[in-house]
Amino acid sequence: MFKIVKREEMSEGNVILNEIEAPKIAAKARPGQFVILKANEDGERIPLTMADTDPQKGTITVIYMVVGKSTALFKTLQIGGGYQDVIGPLGKATHIEKVGTVVCVGGGTGIAVLHPITRALKEVGNHVISIVGARSKDLLILEDQMKAASNELRICTDDGSYGHHGFVTEVLKEILEAGKVDQAVAIGPVPMMKFVSLITKEYNVPTMVSLNPIMVDGTGMCGGCRVTIGGQTKFACVDGPEFDGHQVDYDELMTRLQAYCEDEKKCYNEFCMLEE
Amino acid sequence: MAKEATKKVKKEKIPRGAMPEQEPEVRARNFMEVPLGYTQEMAVREAQRCLQCKNPRCVDGCPVGVDIPGFISLIKEEKFTEAIRHIWQKNSLPAVCGRVCPQEIQCEGRCIVGKKDEPVAIGNLERFAADWERENGTGALPPTAEPTGKKVAVVGSGPSGLTVAGDLIVKGHDVTVLEAFHKSGGVLVYGIPEFRLPKAIVAQEVNFLERLGVKVECNAVVGRTVSLDELFDEGYDAIYIGVGAGLPRFMNIPGENLIGILSANEYLTRANLMKAYLFPEVDTPIPHGKNVVVLGAGNVAMDSARTAMRLGADKVRIVYRRSRQEMPARTAEIHHAEQEGIEFFLLTNPTRYLGDDKGRLRGMECLKMELGEPDESGRRRPVAIESSEFELDCDLCIVAVGSGANPLLTESTPDLKLSKWGYIEADLETGKTFKKGVWAGGDIVTGAATVILAMGAARKAADSIHEYLMRGW
Repeated sequence: MFKIVKREEMSEGNVILNEIEAPKIAAKARPGQFVILKANEDGERIPLTMADTDPQKGTITVIYMVVGKSTALFKTLQIGGGYQDVIGPLGKATHIEKVGTVVCVGGGTGIAVLHPITRALKEVGNHVISIVGARSKDLLILEDQMKAASNELRICTDDGSYGHHGFVTEVLKEILEAGKVDQAVAIGPVPMMKFVSLITKEYNVPTMVSLNPIMVDGTGMCGGCRVTIGGQTKFACVDGPEFDGHQVDYDELMTRLQAYCEDEKKCYNEFCMLEE
Repeated sequence: MAKEATKKVKKEKIPRGAMPEQEPEVRARNFMEVPLGYTQEMAVREAQRCLQCKNPRCVDGCPVGVDIPGFISLIKEEKFTEAIRHIWQKNSLPAVCGRVCPQEIQCEGRCIVGKKDEPVAIGNLERFAADWERENGTGALPPTAEPTGKKVAVVGSGPSGLTVAGDLIVKGHDVTVLEAFHKSGGVLVYGIPEFRLPKAIVAQEVNFLERLGVKVECNAVVGRTVSLDELFDEGYDAIYIGVGAGLPRFMNIPGENLIGILSANEYLTRANLMKAYLFPEVDTPIPHGKNVVVLGAGNVAMDSARTAMRLGADKVRIVYRRSRQEMPARTAEIHHAEQEGIEFFLLTNPTRYLGDDKGRLRGMECLKMELGEPDESGRRRPVAIESSEFELDCDLCIVAVGSGANPLLTESTPDLKLSKWGYIEADLETGKTFKKGVWAGGDIVTGAATVILAMGAARKAADSIHEYLMRGW
């Protein structure tokens, strides 16, 4: 078993942080890579991009939103308990390079994935401007951590309860108008990545996005995670999870994410009834 | 009178014992094993059909060289424990091989009895011996040699990896098997369905190796979690790579990313490894097609088609661009599929998938084919018939047109030499690769083939590894 050593609830209990003992993975993992977690014998294999690693302590951190049966099951796991299986590190690591000014855009739990990448980009000497968004102030995660990892931090909320009242794309546009940006990174809900990429394309700013399609093995074996990048089919698990944001077919990705929608609802509802 | 007695009495001819099976209409809707296995009486009777040839051709036909007349004669004498021990000398996975080997082109294909009559049912007898041991045996282990102090890492727990592990552990080496999935068995667990190879049997075979001292480490993705060079740093003296050919091939025709199109790897992994046929009792879902098309005609295609039927399809069709003669599946699989109501659309090739406005598969456009001149594989090449397009309705398509080399491990090991298709270059007699201390065998060397061929390669590699550990490269 892979023990949970730290557990936090954020975003009104909808977002959970787990720090998990996995020394082999912690020793190897780099920003941008993911793991596959399975809670128990009958559990589903769920891919999650790592939010942090601590090679000294031998731990990895994942932060996920409760959206279905499997993540609801993960939420029930407590400190001292843990996951039956954790596999990784999988996928390609983020290419970190000093390019000048970088804008990092994060939404929802995407901020958790964005955080180590932001930190690494700043560490190599980039001027990092981060924009993070949430529906409201209480749902925003990792504000302090993102502040520390960036040179400037901009906050947006859909309801205006904190920071800019509106979407991250509006602040992004403002920054792109104000001065030269050499690179952008966008990680969050698919529509957010789609609209960020549309804007950065107008300004010719190379943009990296991290995709999280449906997967089974995470090692290139099943092809369930196929995404279309510049007209070519790629496997997100081994060719990604990061891709050139200007080449991604976001609409196809959104459609494919709905493949098991009905099954997931049914399974989640049954689980929630049992929990009650 | 004396002369009369020595005259050979003509033996009563025993017909080949048919394997009892679940009725097609029943089994087509359940995941329980189809062939039920011989009873003791049936096995002994079938064993009597063996001629005990002085020069047994069947043994030549076996990639691991099992002494077939030897074990059959022990079954005939009702010495079942001795029979399984005899098989174990050459084959550490008999319960698996008895079920999934293509016997008709190997041992049984060469059986002398088969010249005039049906061949001795060697596969069924092998299965009987293994099953008998599992159900009634003492569980006593074969002897192992004194520890040598040498450490071997086996990458992949499929048929070739397990064979290498079994061979080397009895020779006294310290063996660790590294498996990327959360469960060991490789293709025996994720690929071959429960109704053809019950997972409890695979687990038992792995457990047998563990009882012999083999360590199995799951969730270890060699190439990601750990590299080959790091394994040497950890103190391993030799490494065997048996990672299989786990990269699914697609058709590369328009519309392939519609919802409802899955590689056979994904479909079977969901069904077998993740047990998605039990959803929602387990958490992994699987698409339930009503009108299913399977592309390809190998064993994997048959497994996919029969799985779809068991998941409640109204109609399952195999679409294959060549004719019946070229179908690569085992005869028994094709026969079973047909009995279960799977239809065959031969000489048919899809050209594009058709989707609805929600991005879900609703059908495919196909072309009729005819057979032309033989191609490099020796099979007649299918050629499209002009203007023969037609539409085939389907709501689920499983692509089972083969698999290639997964680059995950090889990419992270630049000093392994690869073929232009990405397979590892290895000596076919010894399994030695171009990297010192590293052997490879099975599908990652030959391309997708059978369980038993992977085991044959593994046996040779194990001999070569033992030689190296005791004497040097």
